[in-house]
Amino acid sequence: MEKIIFYILAFIIIAFAIASVSSKKMLRSVIYLLFVLIGISGIYFLIDYNFLAAIQLTVYAGGIIVLIIFSVMLVHHVEMELELAKVSKRIIVGIASLLGLALFLVTIYSHEFNVVENSITTTTEDIGLGLLNYEAGGFILPFEVISLLLLASMIGAIIIAKGTKLTSKKNDTV
Amino acid sequence: MIAGISIYEILTVTSILFFIGVYGFITRKNLISILMSVELILNASVINFVIINKYLYPDVLQGVFFSIFIIAVAAAETALAISIIINLYRQISSVEVKDTEIMKY
Repeated sequence: MEKIIFYILAFIIIAFAIASVSSKKMLRSVIYLLFVLIGISGIYFLIDYNFLAAIQLTVYAGGIIVLIIFSVMLVHHVEMELELAKVSKRIIVGIASLLGLALFLVTIYSHEFNVVENSITTTTEDIGLGLLNYEAGGFILPFEVISLLLLASMIGAIIIAKGTKLTSKKNDTV
Repeated sequence: MIAGISIYEILTVTSILFFIGVYGFITRKNLISILMSVELILNASVINFVIINKYLYPDVLQGVFFSIFIIAVAAAETALAISIIINLYRQISSVEVKDTEIMKY
């Protein structure tokens, strides 16, 4: 049963990823990306990391996709068609990607993984305790650094997107 | 772990996803589409972290922590990139790669 669900999810992810990078309509390719992200959260549900799946759904499918759709609406017509790269360039890049993929797969399949059979369920409590642990092996410092990074990038995004008004005011006073 | 699915099959899927992202990153000519391809690449790496944690070291949680950090950094990166794209659209009325040839004004 889980096997069938995994194959369906893998098919959804790969098919919509290809559609997303090759679609000519901008808004459609964003929606295809949304399906890819939802399929990935399905894989997280399958391997029992429920908290990560919830993060994937809220941050990616809820936040980032809405941001991208907003910016598409701001800078394009809904019906606008993208210009595609030249056919020769697409073929060359496709062949190069396939070569890289072949290299990856040869490396992966020639390596012997020491897989540990298990069915451990991870609770959100474990993740929270690990993130806020300040003893050896704890993750409290990167956790705080990430929160500062998010704050700084939000302020930076507001200032950059606001643009001309702030800078012109500054030039007046100087 | 998923019953009946080996780690090789999942790593195959993520490798394919990664290279689809690389293909889109190189062939697309629109800044927002390039950003979407970067999202595909980041997602492939996040799945790899989680899968390797679950299959090889199930009693620790380091892979989950790193994937949470990757997701946070990706969210910050997307917000900044989109604000830069909107500002650029105000300056030159275009988001095509070939039109962006100045860095400031």
